[in-house]
Amino acid sequence: MRLSPDEIIFWQLGFFKLNATIVFTWGLMVVLVAGSKLITRKLSTDLQRTRWQNLLEIVVTAIEKQIKDVGLSEPRKYLGFLGTLFLFVATASLCTVIPGYEPPTGSLSTTMALALCVLVAVPFFGIVDQGIGGYLKSYVEPTVIMLPFNIISEISRTLALAVRLFGNMMSGAMIIGILLTITPFIFPIVMTVLGLLTGMVQAYIFSILAAVYIAAATCKPKAKPEPAPKI
Amino acid sequence: MDNMTIIAAVSIFCAAFTTGFGCLGPALAEGRAVATALTSLAQQPDASATITRTLFVGLAMIESTAIYCFVLSMILIFANPFWNHVIAQTVGK
Repeated sequence: MRLSPDEIIFWQLGFFKLNATIVFTWGLMVVLVAGSKLITRKLSTDLQRTRWQNLLEIVVTAIEKQIKDVGLSEPRKYLGFLGTLFLFVATASLCTVIPGYEPPTGSLSTTMALALCVLVAVPFFGIVDQGIGGYLKSYVEPTVIMLPFNIISEISRTLALAVRLFGNMMSGAMIIGILLTITPFIFPIVMTVLGLLTGMVQAYIFSILAAVYIAAATCKPKAKPEPAPKI
Repeated sequence: MDNMTIIAAVSIFCAAFTTGFGCLGPALAEGRAVATALTSLAQQPDASATITRTLFVGLAMIESTAIYCFVLSMILIFANPFWNHVIAQTVGK
């Protein structure tokens, strides 16, 4: 039994392998980029709009609202990064309805790459927002003793992001594979529907967690409360 | 029992116990989390959006511990490094 789509190899030349993960990742990228480019080629601002433009506007405004709800007051700054994460993970799991398709997020290398993007993006946005000194100060926030624990938490939450997404996507495929041998025909379809729901929830959670981490890194230290007026 | 049998038996038992006990804790925790969220939803229906979002993120956090155990079990069954080592030694003989 396969544990990840890394093991399906389409073409190999010496050290370079072209496995299913790479192929499906690039396929998704082409679909997403070409689709967005095609739709946004002629945008209209008057009342007559195409359906596709309406669809994209719904998606973009929904993501923007979610980012705002997390506590990032200027969602436009983070929309590119967080929205891309959400759309990629969501399409990766939604496309499982296509036969012969394996979600690239079911491979630990893909999810680790996404998590590493978050690991790099959090200090980046933090430094852009607060400056290097302000960001580094957040590591020694309550006291200096917390410094190693803060660094450990940075690394462990990256690992947790990657393994959570990988485990959920892999377990979906694995359960369907096991059920096919026990109860064919009906029950695997039910589990596939459940897998679609799990994929959407995981996409949401991945991007929301990234937003929460960025919000924690960019929030300015609160100003000291005004001293109460003496009577 | 030779080495191969011991490794196989221990791997299978560990895989079962890992998922079994690893799902026990998160199941209890998720039950508590959902129960508390439902109570607060009943008390404050206006805050439903915030409560639901926080609940989902929290559930995912809790569930990830169960997922770690599941991944470990899968590694033990399908990609066991010790088993592969033994197989390689046996074939190499």
